[in-house]
Amino acid sequence: MDQREITITVNDKLFKETVSTRTTLADFVRHQLRLTGTHLGCEHGVCGACTVLFDGMSARSCLILAVQADGHEITTVEGLAREDGTLHPLQQAFSDHHGLQCGFCTPGMLTTLVELLRDNPDPSETDVRMAISGNLCRCTGYLSIIAATLDAAKRLRMGRPA
Amino acid sequence: MKTIGQRIRRIEDSDFLRGKARFVDDFHIDGMLHAAFVRSPHAHAKIISIDKTDALAMPGIRVILTRDDIRTKTVTDRLAVALPDRSYKQQRDRLILAGDEVVYVGEPIAMVIADNPYLAEDAVSLVKIEYDVLPAVSDCREALSPIAALVHSDGPDNLVAEFVSSYGDVETAFVSATHIFKDSFKQHRGCAHPMECRGCLATLDLVDDKLTLWSSTQTPLVAARLLAEILGREETAIRVVSPDVGGGFGPKLVFYPEEAAVAIAAIILNKPVKWIEDRREHFIATTQERDQYWDAEIALDKDGKILGIRGTLIHDHGAYTARGLTVPQGAVAALTLCYVVPAFRMDVRVALTNKVPVTPVRGAGQPQGIFIMERLLDLAAHELKIDRAEIRRRNLVPSEAMPFKKGFVTRGGIPIVLDSGDYPACQADAIERAGWFDFPRRQSEARTKGRYIGIGLANYVEATGRGPFEQVRVRIAPTGLIHVATGAAAMGQGTKTMLAQIVSEQLGGAMDRVVVTAGDSAQVSMGFGGFNSRQTVMAGSSAHVAAVKVREKVLQIASHLLEADASDLDIAGEHVFVKGVKDMKISLGQIAKAMAGSAGFSLPGNLQPGIEARENIVIDAMTYANGTAVAEVEVDLETADVKVVRIVFVHDAGKLINPAIVDGQITGAIAHGIGNALYEWMAYGDDGQPLTTNLADYLLVTSTEMPTIDLHHRETPTPLNPLGVKGVGEAGVIPIPAAIASAVEDALSIFNVKINQIPIRPSDLAVLLDEGGAGV
Repeated sequence: MDQREITITVNDKLFKETVSTRTTLADFVRHQLRLTGTHLGCEHGVCGACTVLFDGMSARSCLILAVQADGHEITTVEGLAREDGTLHPLQQAFSDHHGLQCGFCTPGMLTTLVELLRDNPDPSETDVRMAISGNLCRCTGYLSIIAATLDAAKRLRMGRPA
Repeated sequence: MKTIGQRIRRIEDSDFLRGKARFVDDFHIDGMLHAAFVRSPHAHAKIISIDKTDALAMPGIRVILTRDDIRTKTVTDRLAVALPDRSYKQQRDRLILAGDEVVYVGEPIAMVIADNPYLAEDAVSLVKIEYDVLPAVSDCREALSPIAALVHSDGPDNLVAEFVSSYGDVETAFVSATHIFKDSFKQHRGCAHPMECRGCLATLDLVDDKLTLWSSTQTPLVAARLLAEILGREETAIRVVSPDVGGGFGPKLVFYPEEAAVAIAAIILNKPVKWIEDRREHFIATTQERDQYWDAEIALDKDGKILGIRGTLIHDHGAYTARGLTVPQGAVAALTLCYVVPAFRMDVRVALTNKVPVTPVRGAGQPQGIFIMERLLDLAAHELKIDRAEIRRRNLVPSEAMPFKKGFVTRGGIPIVLDSGDYPACQADAIERAGWFDFPRRQSEARTKGRYIGIGLANYVEATGRGPFEQVRVRIAPTGLIHVATGAAAMGQGTKTMLAQIVSEQLGGAMDRVVVTAGDSAQVSMGFGGFNSRQTVMAGSSAHVAAVKVREKVLQIASHLLEADASDLDIAGEHVFVKGVKDMKISLGQIAKAMAGSAGFSLPGNLQPGIEARENIVIDAMTYANGTAVAEVEVDLETADVKVVRIVFVHDAGKLINPAIVDGQITGAIAHGIGNALYEWMAYGDDGQPLTTNLADYLLVTSTEMPTIDLHHRETPTPLNPLGVKGVGEAGVIPIPAAIASAVEDALSIFNVKINQIPIRPSDLAVLLDEGGAGV
């Protein structure tokens, strides 16, 4: 198999790795870097479970090859909590509002919504619904995720200097 | 109450939120190999030959196994899993790997084992199989025609089972009726689609000759028993573990050929072997629920009281029996449950088809049974010009009749007795919240603006807590931590939190000191797992009784060690203390250490060693939960799109252990019900080819389709278990298709649209609108 060397930053850590050119970014972070928080639900770009931040933009890691991420910065769900273990306000709000059940779609929901809250600190309910309209969840019925996100937005706004 | 009934944050959440959960594909064992399956591309064919040459020539391919290769390691070629029933006409057990004939698209034929999953999938496409394609049967009605092609070429016909479910004098009920209404209905339910597909990892430990299978199964204890049978091993030589499971919703309760095949490959190669299903495989190889065709009629007296119901049902079984007759049985049993129906008869024929087997999906046939009942009541209400809620009120089982014995029995022969609840009050509460009586005014107003809104309702009663038992062991370790182990399986429903709350209630109330191990056959001696809304009832009851026994023993020991009367003691956090004397205390860890004993010394109070209780609380009778759903919809005449605007859901699942978790279970199941009502369509061609095999073609409900939900819990404790709990995992899905159908009919009543089919797809509704003269 054709192999390439790539340099990639994942959750603020720099990796130099040799990858097969056909390995997806999702399989690379899961099985080569052993960051298994990113999940594969469909491998055809519909379910959103594998969403990561690619240079800060949400992207489906099942539809990107690892070699395409050469020189880029990736954030996965493992990179959301603070180094001291404190959960990101969005993660905390998910727990407070029962925004997850089986937890399989959760990493993709979190990365998608971290991006939303960064770009739109005061989203409407519709904004949140639209943001996660490409993320499938079979457990929650979404409403608790929406409530958690709106609450997290509020917490983040209160925590920020005006 | 310290913990029971509280909205406590789940103990599962932290790992899930941090990406530290352990789903089966997250496991890595050095030297692990990867499996991929060669599957039938035909719905029905004879296998002429299998040529592995080209595939084996690829680098990184270890072995390719077919039926003949695995026979040496197994006692049987087939998975004999069918629940016992006298109704079967044919025994149709699945093969581990098909050798002579394939009977559905997706049936596994060969297994490629390679160094990585990419290579394994490459090799799959190079395995050459020559087929003799045979005629296939796709439609379950056509399957029963005398001139139908045979699903299995060795079968006498395609009737796999036939049964009559009846009680009372149906003939007289219909002869004496003032009114009789009848109609035909087609119901389709699709797939479960947990976000995690199936998968498993097997490894053989030669030191102790133990095979371990980690599988994303809902029933690890059952899987362990079956694996032992198939492999001819002692159950103690097999360990099956459900790690974190990314949703179940029914099909993961089934034991699959791939689980057996992967275990056999690990034995043959003496290497760990992993197989992870992809979504396309999930569409073609994981069980589904699919089609039912009903003809049903209802007999009523002059006051609109039900005298009897009768009809026929043809049910699509798929190509094999992968569970039993549970779906048609569940549908028929659920049909009359809410109401006083003095006489009933349903003639059921279960048809083989050349499609992946049918087994329960969340609700397990009950939504279909409820749909028939509620459609018949709407039909009667319309014809008799009685309000739809009123005709239901007249027929609901009244609270003063509880316990109310129905005329028939469960699949296990246990009498169906509605144990508790106030169904009329539940409905009254729901329609009040929904503004039922004010709705016609809103509807007329909307129509003047060209908007078509409608309201509909449905009642349900759900059989929950399927017995006979689920084992739970509660033990206090020398660290003072409380270890809870169970055969119950966690797949997202908060099972660990539920058990921790029940145990913690007795043992100090500190949730962070409870460690729950669920779904590990090495931790308990017997059990089942997660299905049939049963785990809070069955495992919860065992956990409660075990925790009470452990509490009694802890207090007894502490009474010796603290020299105080046991009745003066209580447990808080990690300590037992003398009430009112805070300094007189001893930790649970110290007590556990004392009860581990010292060589040559008596145990405190001459009690038995250890602090542990293991319970298998047996409860045969099911407990019946109930509820009412009111749906409000708006229909766009131009696109025939139905938008669900609001759902009011009032239900009674007995005493709630954690209301937040119950909210989540109901809301998620309502979403599933909306999908069943409007979107989910597992399409097949006439040749048995599955046509919707990705999540872009097969539509799951997304965030933008979810309505506002007004959810209200009523709590009538059941007398059948010590906690008073009823199951709730499936409840939300059950009345939703019926309530939405009722609402769509109401919205389009001026066009005389009748909804006799679900899902209500825009293409179907457009035809009905055209026929009704909607003129768009």
